[in-house]
Amino acid sequence: MNERSAKLRILRCDAWLLLALFWMTLLLSAALLAQWLPLPDPANDTDYTQLSIPPSLTHWLGTDDVGRDLLSRIIWGARISLTVGLSATLIGLFVGGVLGLSSGYFRGYYEEAVLWLIDVILSLPPLVAAMTISAVLGPSLTNVTLAIAFIKIPAFARVTRAATLGYANREFVLAAHSLGASHRDVLLRELLPNVFLAVGTYGLTSVAIAIATEGGLAFLGLSVPPPAASWGALIAQGRPVLAEAPHVALVPALVMFVTVLALNVIGDASRKRLDTRGAAL
Amino acid sequence: MNSSIRHMLRLVPVLFGSTVLTFVLINLLPGDPVVSILGDQASPAQIEDLRSQMGMDRSVLLRYFDWLMSALHGDLSRSLMTREPVTEVVVQRLPVSLQLMLMAQAIALIVGLPLGVVAAWRRDSALDRVINIGAYGLLSAPAFILAIILIYVVSVRFGLLPATGYTSIGTDPLANMRSMALPSLVLAATPMAIYARLVRSDMIATLQEDFILLAKAQGHSAGYILFRQALRPSLLPMITVFGVNTGVLLGGAVIIEYLFALPGLGSLMVDATLNRDYPLLQGVVLCIAVAFCLVNLLVDLAYLLLDPRIRHE
Repeated sequence: MNERSAKLRILRCDAWLLLALFWMTLLLSAALLAQWLPLPDPANDTDYTQLSIPPSLTHWLGTDDVGRDLLSRIIWGARISLTVGLSATLIGLFVGGVLGLSSGYFRGYYEEAVLWLIDVILSLPPLVAAMTISAVLGPSLTNVTLAIAFIKIPAFARVTRAATLGYANREFVLAAHSLGASHRDVLLRELLPNVFLAVGTYGLTSVAIAIATEGGLAFLGLSVPPPAASWGALIAQGRPVLAEAPHVALVPALVMFVTVLALNVIGDASRKRLDTRGAAL
Repeated sequence: MNSSIRHMLRLVPVLFGSTVLTFVLINLLPGDPVVSILGDQASPAQIEDLRSQMGMDRSVLLRYFDWLMSALHGDLSRSLMTREPVTEVVVQRLPVSLQLMLMAQAIALIVGLPLGVVAAWRRDSALDRVINIGAYGLLSAPAFILAIILIYVVSVRFGLLPATGYTSIGTDPLANMRSMALPSLVLAATPMAIYARLVRSDMIATLQEDFILLAKAQGHSAGYILFRQALRPSLLPMITVFGVNTGVLLGGAVIIEYLFALPGLGSLMVDATLNRDYPLLQGVVLCIAVAFCLVNLLVDLAYLLLDPRIRHE
């Protein structure tokens, strides 16, 4: 490849990244500022004269089948989807991280036990596990978050353990040991800062997966109970009227798809940028 | 041989663990199944009655042990709603899910492999870029979103295929294929993208090898070189991905079957969940977990059998 096309390639990648960042900024600020935006009430502002109307000047994204403004419902839904995505990832990251870091450091029977636990959780397909937990606990914001966090544990534990194994025998850890550092110090001061980067870049991708999973649960009616509605619930609501008013399902579907895509693009870009393994050599 | 036995032995504690996990998920989490079955209006006497009928008044360990013992004998107790034996219902529903997953895997392989090969062959061309972006997009699209879009385009707009309804393969094979076409296509999307990306990156490395240069020098056609020679070494890692994808499919099938109203295990699970039919849910989840473990075991064994480096160790 010559230099010019290499430059073009970088520009093109950055264009995607910029678009993704722009979309996420827009979405995040809309979600954060939802109560101050001039939006109709997403749950109760039903207008029976304007059922399932396509996008127009008064309703930018149209209305749903009971006459509620779709833009408002999507922005309020974004709050739920993003909250679940972020908090499930953080909880999964924390629990999985603790398991992975400690098992990669202490080894022995403890490591075997952790690996067994991971295998056991993985013996259930993720969505099946999340569905079961969410169904048994009962649908609510906390419960759906916990259900998704639970299925995130294995991946984070594995990534953290792999990264820890790579650092645990390095000289700086040996040096810390010989200086009399406690296990706690080695884990928190020597290993954690190194491991965190490897695991953190996986976080954004994980938020994307979590949002998609929440969407799936909501689609099945196993997420936040109505009248609150995340994107998955909006799509499920539009499914029966797909023939007469396709925008009711397709608009939230598109918003969710673009968000997952944007998070993946940002995640991949940050992984490439932060991956120092190749750059150091 | 030794390592294959070791693989099978590793499965035992994992399977044991997953029965415990299934049981714990459904029986120990807060939220009383008895109350949720009977509703808020039930009198304490009614609740007590059903509780002892379900054996819920005994200790957890006893209940787990009983359940495990009868599960080992193939008895997964009865559904709360229909009173049918869970094992029978599962066996009834299994063929639909199997067909769905086999068709999805077949579509994913038939479309994904050649796309990956072509992308590697015409690396950095416009075609490669289109395939790459397409695969990236498919990986970012949750199954139910793809399903909605496909239903809208194929069924609503053009009326080519039915969006819901199921005809069994015994009654009318053609109608069966028509009813399974859209669901399996949706389900195939993610594995297809995974296969295409994997083959592409793997083959780009293979195409640099000397034996490819030799084959080119010998004047073989591009098709022969790509599919008969360069693809072969990439097939082995595919087996592992095949196993991973089965998990994706099992999970995806739940939503897809529900969405397209196919009477498979997935929609059975959704029904059990929405009706709070705990014995049924527990039985279905156990079957899915066992099936998933077995697929992974088979994948490991196939790997042992096929990879000479491991075989001769």
